[in-house]
Amino acid sequence: MQIIKDKQIVDDTWSYVAEDAELKAGDICVSLARWKQDKQQLLAHAGNVGVRIGPADSVDDIAPDLANIQLIELDFPDFADGRLFSHAWLLRGRYDYQGEIRATGHYMTDQVFYLSRVGVNAFSPEKVEDLPVVLSHLNDFTVKYQNSIN
Amino acid sequence: MITCHDYSPERHSKRPTMYQYNDNDQILIDERVAQFRRQTGQYLTGEISEDQYRALRLRNGLYIQIHAPMLRIAGPYGLLNAKQLRKLAHIARHYDKNYCHFTTRQNIQFNWPKLEEVPDILAELASVQMHAIQTSGNCMRNTTSDHLAGVCVDEIEDPRPYCEIIRQWTTLHPEFDYLPRKFKIAVSGALHDRAATQFHDIGLHLVKNDAGEVGFRVLVGGGLGRTPVIGQVIKPYLEKKHLLSYLEAILRIYNLFGRRDNKYKARIKILVKESGLENFSKLVEQEWLLIRDSNELSDDRINAIKNHFAPPAYDPAAVQDTSFAQQQQDNKAFATWVKYNTAEHKIPGYRAVFLSLKAPDSPPGDMTDVQLDEVADLTEQYSFGEIRATHRQNLILADVKQADLFDLWQKLDSLKLATPNIGTVTDMICCPGLDFCSLANAGSIGVAKEINEALDDMDYIHDIGDLKINMSGCMNGCAHQSVGHIGILGVDKKGAEWYQITLGGSSENEAALGERLGPSVAKDQVTKAITTILDVYVKNRLDDESFLDMVNRVGITPFKEQVYADN
Repeated sequence: MQIIKDKQIVDDTWSYVAEDAELKAGDICVSLARWKQDKQQLLAHAGNVGVRIGPADSVDDIAPDLANIQLIELDFPDFADGRLFSHAWLLRGRYDYQGEIRATGHYMTDQVFYLSRVGVNAFSPEKVEDLPVVLSHLNDFTVKYQNSIN
Repeated sequence: MITCHDYSPERHSKRPTMYQYNDNDQILIDERVAQFRRQTGQYLTGEISEDQYRALRLRNGLYIQIHAPMLRIAGPYGLLNAKQLRKLAHIARHYDKNYCHFTTRQNIQFNWPKLEEVPDILAELASVQMHAIQTSGNCMRNTTSDHLAGVCVDEIEDPRPYCEIIRQWTTLHPEFDYLPRKFKIAVSGALHDRAATQFHDIGLHLVKNDAGEVGFRVLVGGGLGRTPVIGQVIKPYLEKKHLLSYLEAILRIYNLFGRRDNKYKARIKILVKESGLENFSKLVEQEWLLIRDSNELSDDRINAIKNHFAPPAYDPAAVQDTSFAQQQQDNKAFATWVKYNTAEHKIPGYRAVFLSLKAPDSPPGDMTDVQLDEVADLTEQYSFGEIRATHRQNLILADVKQADLFDLWQKLDSLKLATPNIGTVTDMICCPGLDFCSLANAGSIGVAKEINEALDDMDYIHDIGDLKINMSGCMNGCAHQSVGHIGILGVDKKGAEWYQITLGGSSENEAALGERLGPSVAKDQVTKAITTILDVYVKNRLDDESFLDMVNRVGITPFKEQVYADN
């Protein structure tokens, strides 16, 4: 599987570990609930660790641990739920998070320009054929009225 | 056209007194047109789903209505120039059925565009610095303001520069484009609130503090629609430099915590109500303190925007005119029009002139392509080439010399734009209703016409005086019926159109929601109910007591007794 990261199409090195599955080797991403539950085990994990958050989660919950989290996935249940845009902004603008922020789930390729502006730097589109579309839409506008993270 | 007027450059400065786009502003709307053209193309070839295209088209003002798409164009805080009016006329002629509709939020709607032509319409608009960005959808909408901004006599400071600063900040804001629900901001700079700021998600009032400095009083959580709520003061005084950081704090809290489970409970007013003003304020304050210092509005920036709104080159000799007084004495019809359709101006010798879009035989707020073109000429001849849309769906030439009023009146009269009914019972606010809108439960334009026909005696209308009737075809309340002195709300009753009547609402300083008179009445009984209400008022008022004052004094009972007397 490939994704967009920092405006490049790259291979995805991460795997998401489902709620009831065993942790595995390599770069793994888990839910916020799993992170809270197995935090010590995850901190000791040999590979990189990521946390997947949804709109109803609070980024305050992972703020103290951000130095140990290399990926945060913003998982869209529905493209109309704009809370994840604020989560991204808070991670970058408030907590100075330096790792990867990746959009996953049901968002629109037409939202990637805004997502990049609030700090999302990686995109896992629903359909792999959308990868070049995402790259192109990241350049929909060359001007802006507000401050941006990117 | 040859007239006796002096159109010399000395008299009418060519310098605009409204915001002019710079290169970046223009690039942004051009790129938006290109983006929407691409999105529409992808929708038509099936590459974008119905659901996704809906979200994208709404953010470009495009609704799908009963008969055809409806396109809502932003009138930035109501300001338009002659070139823009001519462009609207052109669009009405070439893409629509020769008319457009002015809304209660100072926007302009076309009811018959073809979906595939909308990108072309938007490109036409972009060529005159207009757009339809964020005029619908769950995002920050067009910022509205006082239609007498900059010319009224009760102004603390001109609100338009701040409206423009907010317009820019809200436009394509990356974090707040997918809010729980729509979000509306209004700004007023005068003592008298003509912008209904107490009924907006955020209302901003320019106020003076004890030190004599001007800042903002911030209201939050007001709104009309299904659950009308009067906004509450969240910040009694906010320094101007903190305007955008404070707005950002409110929007972030709303975006994170506003309800998304039920669209009827998703407006910020419900969040404020359910969390309580105190808790909501605390969240906003905490957030604001963290971002306050990183997003200050500099004096340089404020002043740069203010320069766009510098007063036009008023003629100091305008006040010496004596013809105006004489013409009023000589011509009763002119004097009546002056009384009802013009307003006091801060510059002696000038007045602001209302163009009534409420002629008896035309749908409230509608204007034809011919009228638009003619009015464009009038703006250049009489009012520095600019015009404004009002919240009551009329237009205003803000800067007319009193010596020109008689000529202007005659021209407006020939265009059917001089019905002397501003602020009276026939100056009704009315939504498109069941005839056009897919949300409506009942017709409104037809009922308005019937009421208008029943009230054909101008002397009687003037005797009734200040009375605002607002009529909506459904409880979404686009015509703000809950704040009408008389509100009329269309409801569906087993497939038939019925109407609920409320009395005593107001969107001005003494903000109030109307009280329901009683059971809804059938469509053919609405006009009779309204004329009965007016009769009760005329018979029972004290001296020069206004309708609203009398309702506040006696309550609804005397009206109720008469309206339902036969039942």
